[in-house]
Amino acid sequence: MNLKIFFSIIYFLFLAPLYSSDERIKLLEIYKNLRCLVCQGQSIADSNSDFAATIKLVVQDQVNEGKTKDEIYNFLISKYGEWIVYQPTFSKSNLLLWILPYFIFIVGGLIIFAIIRKSKHNKAN
Amino acid sequence: MKISFTKIIILSFAIFILGIFWQGLKTNKNYDTKNLVGSKISNFQLSEINNHQQYISEENLKKNNYTLINFFASWCAPCRTEHKYLLNLSNSKKEIKIIGINFKDKKINANNFLSELGNPYDFVGKDIDGKTSILFGIYGIPESILINNELIVIKKIIGPIDEIQFNEILKLIQ
Repeated sequence: MNLKIFFSIIYFLFLAPLYSSDERIKLLEIYKNLRCLVCQGQSIADSNSDFAATIKLVVQDQVNEGKTKDEIYNFLISKYGEWIVYQPTFSKSNLLLWILPYFIFIVGGLIIFAIIRKSKHNKAN
Repeated sequence: MKISFTKIIILSFAIFILGIFWQGLKTNKNYDTKNLVGSKISNFQLSEINNHQQYISEENLKKNNYTLINFFASWCAPCRTEHKYLLNLSNSKKEIKIIGINFKDKKINANNFLSELGNPYDFVGKDIDGKTSILFGIYGIPESILINNELIVIKKIIGPIDEIQFNEILKLIQ
């Protein structure tokens, strides 16, 4: 009996993260996509630097004001440049970055297709 | 036929990767806010360090031909070295106003700092939690932003103002 209670407590404890507020999750998502400028290699979520703390405050304020993720990113990009977000924006200079994986995927598929067809053809001979 | 086709693919891929590396070597990965020059500063409201009732906003800055917005703090050592240039600038009788924004500092320390080294500022605002600094794209102090009466950023100085930058400011506001 005690064991049952024990396991049900554990079960509900593991459920708890599911009920953490949407806002917290949204904040964390935003922090993770922001680069800490004074401690390069760390995101705002990871960093405890003064700068990161200030950015967190500002993001919190803007989320409370009801701003969307993109609005917050655009605000910070306008102040600090595109470098501050990890996920690059879709622009002319970034076109290759976005297109290339799909391009390689398709070309790779074609090559595999060609090789398989050839080997089948050879086997048939 | 098959071999030459694979060779071409591998070779072009290698060239492509080398090209990316070459490009990577040339681009400067150091963070700078050069892009901010030419942009307009955001709307803001700043209360005076010793008088909470007194406010300044972007509207006030439109009246000045040029404004230098300087972020400083008493705990910031490089701020001491640049202070004499700010004093020189405020004594130069040029058409420039200097706004000091006291960044994450204690009021008493900031006042001591200014009484010890002199006060070059036409207005000293406070930014206790640093939120205002984000509006101005600041990531570490000292930083200074020179704007004109249309609130357009003309120059942004990261780190303390030195002789060279001081002369550059004088040239820009002529």
